[in-house]
Amino acid sequence: MEIVHVYTKKRNEFGRQCNFSDRPAELHVDILPDPSLASNFIERDPCDIPIQCTQEMSEHEVNTERFESDTRGINHVEGGWPKDVNPQEMEQTIRFRKKVEKDEHYFSTIMQLGSNMEHCIKQNNAINIYQEYFEEEEVVEESEEQPSAKTINVFRDPNEIKRTATCLSWHPDGSCKLAVAYSSLGFQNISPDMSYDSYIWDIENPNKPEMTLKPVSLLVCLEYNPKDSHILVGGSYNGQIAYWDTRKGSQPVEMSTIEHSHRDPVYKVIWLQSKTGTDTFSASTDGQVLWWDIRKMSEPTERLVLDPNKKGNLDNALGAISLEFETTMPTKFMVGTEQGLVVSCNRKAKTPAEKIVCTYSGHHGPIYALQRNPFFPKNFLTVADWTARIWSEDIKESSIMWTKYHMAYLSDGCWSPVRPSVFFTVKMDGTLDVWDFLFKQNDPTLSLKVCDEALYSLRVQDNGRFLACGSQLGTATLLEISPGLCTLQRNEKALATAMFERETKREKILEARHREMRLKERSRSEQSKDEDTKEGDGEESVEELATRTEAEFYEIVEAELKKRAKEQEKKWVFINLFINSAKKETSLFQDPVFQR
Amino acid sequence: MAEVEETLKRIQTHKGVIGTIVVNAEGIPIRTTLDNSTTVQYAGLLHQLTMKARSTVRDLDPQNDLTFLRIRPKKHEIMVAPDKEYLLIVIQNPSE
Repeated sequence: MEIVHVYTKKRNEFGRQCNFSDRPAELHVDILPDPSLASNFIERDPCDIPIQCTQEMSEHEVNTERFESDTRGINHVEGGWPKDVNPQEMEQTIRFRKKVEKDEHYFSTIMQLGSNMEHCIKQNNAINIYQEYFEEEEVVEESEEQPSAKTINVFRDPNEIKRTATCLSWHPDGSCKLAVAYSSLGFQNISPDMSYDSYIWDIENPNKPEMTLKPVSLLVCLEYNPKDSHILVGGSYNGQIAYWDTRKGSQPVEMSTIEHSHRDPVYKVIWLQSKTGTDTFSASTDGQVLWWDIRKMSEPTERLVLDPNKKGNLDNALGAISLEFETTMPTKFMVGTEQGLVVSCNRKAKTPAEKIVCTYSGHHGPIYALQRNPFFPKNFLTVADWTARIWSEDIKESSIMWTKYHMAYLSDGCWSPVRPSVFFTVKMDGTLDVWDFLFKQNDPTLSLKVCDEALYSLRVQDNGRFLACGSQLGTATLLEISPGLCTLQRNEKALATAMFERETKREKILEARHREMRLKERSRSEQSKDEDTKEGDGEESVEELATRTEAEFYEIVEAELKKRAKEQEKKWVFINLFINSAKKETSLFQDPVFQR
Repeated sequence: MAEVEETLKRIQTHKGVIGTIVVNAEGIPIRTTLDNSTTVQYAGLLHQLTMKARSTVRDLDPQNDLTFLRIRPKKHEIMVAPDKEYLLIVIQNPSE
């Protein structure tokens, strides 16, 4: 429906100016409020809305495009020859040379220069002008500097999907290269797009890895051969072992056959000391330790099942997570297990039962790192659950020294190769701890937060100065430690020896006492057993045990609650006191005498 | 002519001298006791360095001129005697 208003106007009135007239205001409509209508509406809660009248600004981040530079060399060819002489032609060059030599000017110049030169040569032969005086007096100051560590370089995983850097290995000569193994240890965490590559980095160039290693499955661990720096051996997630030759390219030279490999990811692989330099052994959570000769990867040369009952039963076997091998003791080696036991084994034993010599228990969780002290091979370090412990080979019941329980899991650790009392640990909250137990026993000497994500691996370079740690997102960080932490202090060896001996003795005494007490208990319980009637021993004790533990548990909880309540009370009392004293003070302040 | 030969031979037979090179103004080695590739390298590089050193000395004091240049790397000493047209380079292992 169209609303139309029609009006007429005379033609001679078009374009005429408008005549305005003034008239007073007229009220057309007056609508009064009707309270009855208000009941149809609900009043809204008054709300405060802040309004600010300021300049509007926006934040914008800009980053320049990444500039990749590459260094190349240029080969210079001989030049400078005059146009008519072809430098390739021997004859022409010889002829040119002879021509020059016949020049008069040449003659005089050479005579003059020659005499100058002779003078200097004779000078050189007479005395060494750059001789260093006072060379023997090396100023040895007690470095008062704070121990510190500095990040030098960060190597990031170039792939889109980040994998954890699970193992690092330094190049054996000169340590200018670092091999990093990347894998994903989460259960079934591997996505189909995840790249399987592991890289070798040149520590001077963090932008691009120097070499890529392409295994068949993710590599969990990787080691350089200490005898031949071109060979690396890696253990992969699917249980196979492969070895690479860096001269031959990125593909593995040979891989072990699947039937004879491990059934679980290979967590650690170490090179052995042998004449050929081609022996390695590997450990995995399927409970086996296998020995390989890399020239013949189709089958392991030897096999050991970590059965604590020494029966070689694979079902009972303990899963191995770390291995330890010291080249000075080639027949012994140690295995750290998932169950928290360290198993010490003898390689040269005749029967498999004798292979497992003894076990050390004391940890609550899998032992992620296991290493002997390079200066004191009888003592070794284990890193597991929330503590790091130092053990002596002779004491099997407990460790001789241990750190306190930390807030985060410890994931890896190693000794410093230059100082017997220094070791490093990394935690799941991304911190690196440097411990010097001759300096401070309760806390780390230096605690450094390397990154926000968890750190999984750690490796110190052979000179003790640099260390690399790998994180969950595949970042390997290279740190340099202050010289105080990597130079041998004056009587460090003697002090460390004394400390180890002291702690070992203490543990021995404790062990002896425990044994005595146990013997006494056993003899006592045997006597009481004879007196009691034999009932369903097994179930009874389990039920009793259950009720007893329940009662104990509740006792502990109640005690804790009471303690908390007491503390809370104390706190309130303290706060009240504080408020009262504050009141008193303010009242003093208002005293006119006090005012200045 | 023979004296030139004699001089150069005398220089070469001094104690510790590893090699002698005579280079002309264009950087072409005229006379050398080392192998060709090393000679070419030394000639090219030291020629440029001597030019630069000479221009530096003259910039500092126009009356001055470069008479001798000695470079002491870790392994052995390189001595360069410059002239307007030629360059005499001697590499010596200094006695300790």
